[in-house]
Amino acid sequence: MEQHSHGAGIPLQVRSERSRSVNPSDFPAISIRDEQWRYLPAERLDGLDRELTFFSGSLEGLSLKETTNESCGNIGLPEDLIASQVWALGQVKLIELFNGQETGLLTISNNASKQGLQFLIKNEKFAKNTVILNHVGSGSLAEVIEIDVADESDLTVISIQNLDDDAVITSSQFAKLGRNSRFKHIVVSIGGKTIRLVPTVTFAGEGASVEMLGAYFANGDQHIEHRPFVDHNTANCSSNVAYKGALQGAKAHTVWVGDVLIRQAAEGTKTYELNRNLLLTDGARADSVPNLEIETGQIEGAGHASASGRFDDEQLFYLQARGIPELEAKRLVVKGFLNEVISQIGSPELENELNALIEAKLEGKK
Amino acid sequence: MAILEIKNLHVSVDTEAGSKEILRGVDLTIRSGETHAIMGPNGSGKSTLAYSIAGHPKYQVTQGEILLDGENVLEMSPDERARAGLFLAMQYPVEIPGISVSNFLRTAKTAIAGEAPALRPWIKEVKEAMTNLKMDSAFSERSVNEGFSGGEKKRHEILQLELLKPNFAVLDETDSGLDVDALKIVSEGVNRAQVANDMGVLLITHYTRILKYIKPDFVHVFVAGKVAEEGGPELAERLEAEGYDRYLD
Ligand SMILES: Nc1ncnc2c1ncn2[C@@H]1O[C@H](COP(=O)(O)OP(=O)(O)OP(=O)(O)O)[C@@H](O)[C@H]1O
Ligand SMILES: [Mg+2]
Repeated sequence: MEQHSHGAGIPLQVRSERSRSVNPSDFPAISIRDEQWRYLPAERLDGLDRELTFFSGSLEGLSLKETTNESCGNIGLPEDLIASQVWALGQVKLIELFNGQETGLLTISNNASKQGLQFLIKNEKFAKNTVILNHVGSGSLAEVIEIDVADESDLTVISIQNLDDDAVITSSQFAKLGRNSRFKHIVVSIGGKTIRLVPTVTFAGEGASVEMLGAYFANGDQHIEHRPFVDHNTANCSSNVAYKGALQGAKAHTVWVGDVLIRQAAEGTKTYELNRNLLLTDGARADSVPNLEIETGQIEGAGHASASGRFDDEQLFYLQARGIPELEAKRLVVKGFLNEVISQIGSPELENELNALIEAKLEGKK
Repeated sequence: MAILEIKNLHVSVDTEAGSKEILRGVDLTIRSGETHAIMGPNGSGKSTLAYSIAGHPKYQVTQGEILLDGENVLEMSPDERARAGLFLAMQYPVEIPGISVSNFLRTAKTAIAGEAPALRPWIKEVKEAMTNLKMDSAFSERSVNEGFSGGEKKRHEILQLELLKPNFAVLDETDSGLDVDALKIVSEGVNRAQVANDMGVLLITHYTRILKYIKPDFVHVFVAGKVAEEGGPELAERLEAEGYDRYLD
């Protein structure tokens, strides 16, 4: 069983110094020599790093407005070649969320190669909403999403990656949190050959809090990568990041790089990040790298944890003592482990579908 | 008529200072329908005996045997032991996040019976068993033992006992942490299971109060990793009055 866990240490590249640009020519070609891409060879990207065309698949559910992306960029700017190419397409789908709207599901169904898609999600002041972005289909898709969480508002964004076996998706998701706002970001990555998500959170006002949750399951030769980043640039905000993964099969590979930056101004910050991976078979590889950069001593608390590999002996024994064979007990523990995140989606149909898929994967039927 | 025999059982655990022997030659025979109480001071090895019977990987049997109807239990994995008819109600039941009680119970029943129970009668049976144990039906949708109070965890253990219908049950301090009403409810559950399945019971306890509800045929005093004295129910009364002083030197 291969396990990769690193301590907090000095990151290879300080996250705060990463270059940002809307111009593709400002970025070098994707290479595993670059920290951002060190785990993901360009061959797995199905040409997303070359040219993109604007999304031709279907978007069903939530109502969208089409506009240009000229006024975008206040929340986040591309940090890699692929995201900048999406930006260069110049179009954006706008999702405006008002008070009293509650849950909206958007099914993003792709079927073509080298597709680029940009969203701007705006949650107005005092609004409390949930948006589910359900990614399905095949082909390859690069996304850039800006999420504006206005002052005193409450927003949950759920990004589900439930694509076909040969599909590729990259998604840069930036959220900016207004004063006293609350943001919950949930990622569930189950289906797709290559999945790379980079969710970034920054703050525009004090008193905001963010919770970032993730669940993923890689089998076959899937590569599933998540790089959550919380940029504490404002005082008295809190963040809690918790990603859970399971791996099965000698070629499955997951990557979790969790960056938390606490800048000088961010006094009174409270943050915790955690990544746990359960390995069902030997050979599967779970890279797990928590990075905590702290530039001020005046924080309330900061911690991180990362563990890969072992099942809890007491849990397995308890289940076995009830007649459940070891392998089945492990599968049950994995289901529960991931279901803790999945059960927060709030849509019974989607939850059942994802749990059924996990079950099929566990039983080697998918 | 089934029989569970423990012969000259020696068990060690790995500690930082090396292997440590905890059980030092336990002899015990339990037949169907019998109730054996085990009483003994803290740290004397009662839970170690319970876990060793159930096959917890932490405990290494260095000598002796456990036989179930002549079959070598020590060669069986914990799940095989459960399927062979052994049950352990744990002193500290484990939390399994994300798995609902109803899913867990159905999975365990399926494993033990070798086939999935017919859905409708099963739901009815679970509901009845929960009602008997005065467990709110909301428990079936909660994660296994997660956030359960101490007493709720114990009721949940006895719920499993009633539904899984073992031939032999080891109850490790099932009475600890129960209020007076819960003690009675849980004891009645054990008695129901005993009658229904002609179950043999090994009841580990510190208190005689549970023995008013679950009448032991035999009482064993457990000291320093083995049985120091055996007797009938009157022995429990004497232990409660006198303590374990006379067994300790
Ligand atoms: N991993 C371990 N390392 C060191 N000692 C251990 C370990 N596991 C168990 N022991 C010791 O074994 C002894 C027996 O423990 P056991 O839990 O079986 O006692 P018990 O009779 O059930 O006590 P109680 O009445 O408190 O439940 C104790 O002294 C305990 O500290
Ligand atoms: Mg004990």
